[in-house]
Amino acid sequence: MAKPGLDGHDRGAKVIARALRDAGMEVIYTGLRQTPEMIVNAALQEDVQVIGLSILSGAHNAIVPRVLELLRAKEMTDVMVIVGGIVPDEDAAALKRQGVAAVFQPGASLDAIVTFIKGAVPA
Amino acid sequence: MKTADREFTTISGVPVEPVYAPGDFQNPAPGEFPYTRGIHRDMYRGKLWTMRQFSGFATPEETNLRYHYLLAQGQTGLSVAFDLPTLMGYDADHALSEGEVGKCGAPISSLEDMEILFRGIPLGDVSVSMTINSPASVLWAMYLAVAEQQNVPWARLSGTLQNDILKEYIAQKEYIYPPRASMRLVTDTIEFGALHTPKFNPVSISGYHIREAGSTAVQELAFTLRDGIEYVDWALERGLAIDDFAPRLSFFFNAHSDFFEEIAKYRAARKIWAHVMRERYGAQSERSLKLRFHAQTAGCSLTWQQPYNNVVRTALQAMAAVLGGAQSLHTNSLDEAYALPGEHAVTIALRTQQVLAYESGVTNVADPLGGSYFLEKLTLDSESAANDYIRRIDEMGGMIAAIEAGFPQTEIASASYRYQREIESGARTIVGVNRFQSAVFQSDAEPIELLHVDEAGGRRQTAKLAALRARRDNGNVQKTLDALRRAAEGTQNTMPLLLDAVRAYATLGEICDALRGVFGTYRETPHI
Repeated sequence: MAKPGLDGHDRGAKVIARALRDAGMEVIYTGLRQTPEMIVNAALQEDVQVIGLSILSGAHNAIVPRVLELLRAKEMTDVMVIVGGIVPDEDAAALKRQGVAAVFQPGASLDAIVTFIKGAVPA
Repeated sequence: MKTADREFTTISGVPVEPVYAPGDFQNPAPGEFPYTRGIHRDMYRGKLWTMRQFSGFATPEETNLRYHYLLAQGQTGLSVAFDLPTLMGYDADHALSEGEVGKCGAPISSLEDMEILFRGIPLGDVSVSMTINSPASVLWAMYLAVAEQQNVPWARLSGTLQNDILKEYIAQKEYIYPPRASMRLVTDTIEFGALHTPKFNPVSISGYHIREAGSTAVQELAFTLRDGIEYVDWALERGLAIDDFAPRLSFFFNAHSDFFEEIAKYRAARKIWAHVMRERYGAQSERSLKLRFHAQTAGCSLTWQQPYNNVVRTALQAMAAVLGGAQSLHTNSLDEAYALPGEHAVTIALRTQQVLAYESGVTNVADPLGGSYFLEKLTLDSESAANDYIRRIDEMGGMIAAIEAGFPQTEIASASYRYQREIESGARTIVGVNRFQSAVFQSDAEPIELLHVDEAGGRRQTAKLAALRARRDNGNVQKTLDALRRAAEGTQNTMPLLLDAVRAYATLGEICDALRGVFGTYRETPHI
């Protein structure tokens, strides 16, 4: 679970990280102000199956493609990327076309997120 | 679930009785110590709260237009929202600013941008609040420099600098330097303000963000007031006399959804602070004892689903703030779960305040809900619970120690998780989200024309910065930065050096980098 860019609003990221842990997943929370490089390196080191990006600042169109690009460059395309935060519908659709597995907008339930990850990732 | 089985609580989890009986709830009148019922005898009959919509987006030019619009629509004070690069002390052309310029507020990288921001706005006549924290003293210096250009004496300036760094470590997370260095910068502004800007509030000690991060009402109240105590201690340590600066300490609270809990919170805040000022600090001046606050309706309560419902939420929350005696108020726009406020949406938000002020009649009486058995009981209970927290933090060695131990952060994380679980289980209803959903209006993606901020503003700001660096006297800039660095390394008040730097058109990033070189930067230990 990563907070990319300058956005410091971490309530959602932390609540979801805790919910995922409660659901039995191993979760690494990167903390704030992560660059795409830092996130992908952490994912590589920790050998994660999923990267969650929490962005409420409107900077998703600059940040998310960069993360996807780095994953491709490091041949980590088996890592699933999900995004949460303030992402308008058109942008969400565009991000999914670029390879993001799911975009969770405000009001998304913890259950829906847990279920989605469990369904998409082998245990 | 049967009514008998259900637990009834406030949104913060405080149990609530079915009905309240008369009790011994004696409170002095509004305007009398400890000001539980309000800081003025006549409250809004004498003067309405300031209608002050937090605003900023894309570029200083576009933000300036919005300010003129809002003032023309009847708002009575300005409130500046800065973008994330500015909040974090980066220029618009910094590598980390990419994709972020103008997205959450106005980009201000230099005095030139500040001049544009306030073009045509007489700073001697219009009160200005600036929501800025880590680099607050730099932006304040820019504002003071613009006032100079307008030939407005600093003594005439009215407004507020948020400048509450403690809550950054606790909740909003827009910190740059470590806590003690940051407290030194805040104390510099309090000291400078006491000498030069008697009508300006150098700090707005905030609970809003603590609440937005998921705290309970009591945590919001307690952590805010305890932050206030920490600022007072540092100012006294600096050698200032309590009555020389305490009158200008201001506060900023959330106006959340649980109506009576919020009103009780504001009343308890005034009561606690008055006692703290008098008994803990021996303040003599009445102005030191009176807690003044700005309120903002709860951003975290706004929903993506059925956004028009947000107009109702905002109206109820605004009413709680008014019944609670706020001096200044911002009302959220219906589209803020999607974007920064569009023009139409912010107009409705402002009209909400105006309807409250001019049509509802609640402004005719000070503390009109005073005497409500429920409200008085809640006020007493909030006061007691908050004082417990304040005592605990005192025992930890103060707020900085508590932050280093992760105490407020952990309390907030637990409260926010508990709240989310209540929504998941359906124990707590959020209309349109987990109950009363509507397929037709589920994603009203364009409820009203949404504000879109693209990358053009960022490119424009970058070009402006290049031109600025080319035409200014770079030797002079370097001199001012060197002098600032020396002051920062010592104990001199940094404000005069910051003023020299901004007048020379040193950029925000350059100034903050100079200070980063001296103070270092802070990295938090996350508490989930």
